[in-house]
Amino acid sequence: MNDIVLNASHITKYFHEPETFAVLKDISFEVQKGEFLSLVGKSGCGKSTLLYVLSTMDTSYEGKLALNGVEVSGKNQNELAAFRGAHIGFVFQFHYLLPEFTCIENVMIPALKLGRYSRNEVRQKALEKLDLLGVKEQAEKRASKLSGGQQQRVAIARALINDPTIIMGDEPTGNLDSTNTKIVFDILKDLSRSYKQTIITVTHDQEFARKSDRIIEMSDGHILS
Amino acid sequence: MFNLPLHIAITHLLAKKKQTAIATLGVMFGISMFILMISFMTGVNDFLEETMLLATPHIRMYNEVEANRPSIVEEIFAGANHIGVVHHQKPKDEQLNLRNALQIVDVLKRDGAVYGVSPQLTSQVFYNYGPTQLNGSIAGVNILDEDKLFDLKNKMKSGTIENLLSSNNAIIMGAGLARKLNVSIGDRVLVSTPLGTTLKLKIVGTFAMGTVAIDNIRSYASLATVQKILHRDPSYITGINLKLNDLNTAKKLAAGYTRKFECKSEDWETANATILVSFTFRNILTYVVVFTLLTVAGFGIYNIMSMTINDKMKDIAILKATGFAGRDITLIFILQAVIIGVMGAILGLMLGGTLAFALSKVPFDGGEFISMDHLPVNFQLKHYFFGVVFGVLTTCLAGFLPSRRAAKIDPVEIIRG
Repeated sequence: MNDIVLNASHITKYFHEPETFAVLKDISFEVQKGEFLSLVGKSGCGKSTLLYVLSTMDTSYEGKLALNGVEVSGKNQNELAAFRGAHIGFVFQFHYLLPEFTCIENVMIPALKLGRYSRNEVRQKALEKLDLLGVKEQAEKRASKLSGGQQQRVAIARALINDPTIIMGDEPTGNLDSTNTKIVFDILKDLSRSYKQTIITVTHDQEFARKSDRIIEMSDGHILS
Repeated sequence: MFNLPLHIAITHLLAKKKQTAIATLGVMFGISMFILMISFMTGVNDFLEETMLLATPHIRMYNEVEANRPSIVEEIFAGANHIGVVHHQKPKDEQLNLRNALQIVDVLKRDGAVYGVSPQLTSQVFYNYGPTQLNGSIAGVNILDEDKLFDLKNKMKSGTIENLLSSNNAIIMGAGLARKLNVSIGDRVLVSTPLGTTLKLKIVGTFAMGTVAIDNIRSYASLATVQKILHRDPSYITGINLKLNDLNTAKKLAAGYTRKFECKSEDWETANATILVSFTFRNILTYVVVFTLLTVAGFGIYNIMSMTINDKMKDIAILKATGFAGRDITLIFILQAVIIGVMGAILGLMLGGTLAFALSKVPFDGGEFISMDHLPVNFQLKHYFFGVVFGVLTTCLAGFLPSRRAAKIDPVEIIRG
């Protein structure tokens, strides 16, 4: 099945500090291409932990994970990094831009690393993404000089630069006001509709979750629905 | 050609100019102190060795008198059933001279390993001047040969060595000896030998080698003059002094000369064994100090790089999240380390060289007998080369170790704490 972009089966993860307990318990689910998925649940239910496992940034778990038809469990760090660069875009709760670089450089760096396009093409694409997010005017400014909402939008542009199959967000709108939240939501929605990019976000925002295609609610390491 | 890791490395360095400058200064001071210390310490060592070697021939050839000679009775009846006893055996009246000395000198002068050859005839003498009588020695030499070996021209306190060539019955006297006798150029001293012969000699110059053991005892005269005092023929020579092109070959060559010329050849290392021990200790001291300096400098560099990388942990996690592999991260920080290391090492060389040069200009009064007016400092290319190599290598290592740690961990561990 080409339409399934994420297949998690029997994912279990333990935290060992301060004492061993299972934060994710035997989680299995699938995500279709182009789906807009929201992970919700109370604080500490393991939804962010699950997202980081899905993003391949956390490798200490049990179970199997396949992204885009590729089995990623058991791959080493360097292979995972290359895989992330090509297939996954990640938006953090905080913008996590590199403060020494300009906005456009921040957006360009993952693409330059991937090396799929020349530097000029990457620059063109980065400008398009910034334009899409409405922060094209800030392109040449240092990332640290922007407002929080602008920084978050630059961070989203960075997540989009390699046209990833899956875009993951850890409360991407957590630090934004309602106007910016709506802008970000609309952009994500549009990406899933027009470009068939899969969106998986962790969110506390009921409104945001309700408008998405599918909600997965978690509690104590289990999926409720 | 655009290079992404290099671009990131340079941006990092430029963004934190102050930190970069401090790291560079750290490397710079480490290297410059190393250069300064090693230049000075090897300078002192070389100076002391040189001072010692100035008055010491690399090889001295002489005829050794064997103290314990078997008696002729023992020689004749050796091994037979006899007991031969000779009471109160006196040593044979052996000539102290080297056989075929002048021929040996000719052969040595053609030897490629030999820098200079000076035949000499030495004797214990008493110097008499008025009521003063002092024990000392006189060396009959070919003064120009002797000058080639020991640079006498520059050791002259008064008069010139050529005076010895132009006048009969002349001597050049050690400065300390001359002071004790209270004589100066133009005075005549009476020289008496152990054989009882005497001769009046005119002082035509004084010299100071810088070693009390020589300056208070020795005088130079021509070979003919000393042969005349001792009533010997013109081929009578008691020793040959050699300087070699490479003083480290002395030991090997001396052994060869002993066999070839059938006379005792003593190299400077054997003759100065106790002094050599002190050189060995000083060299060990130098290495210990240099090693300590390098270790301290190395740890300083490591510290700075480690801090730089810890500051950047979050950036490392982001880079990894967006597709950078561990080796890319390592490369970025090694590049930073190399840039800091190379800049620091070059600046360190310049500072170290300048300080060493300044130190070499510090006046130092070595006293009357040691001919030095400035501190001895070495300028050797290999020290500077070693400094650069060490600085860059340590910095790379200091950048590599913490960045490898950063490269290994899951990005989530950094981002989520």
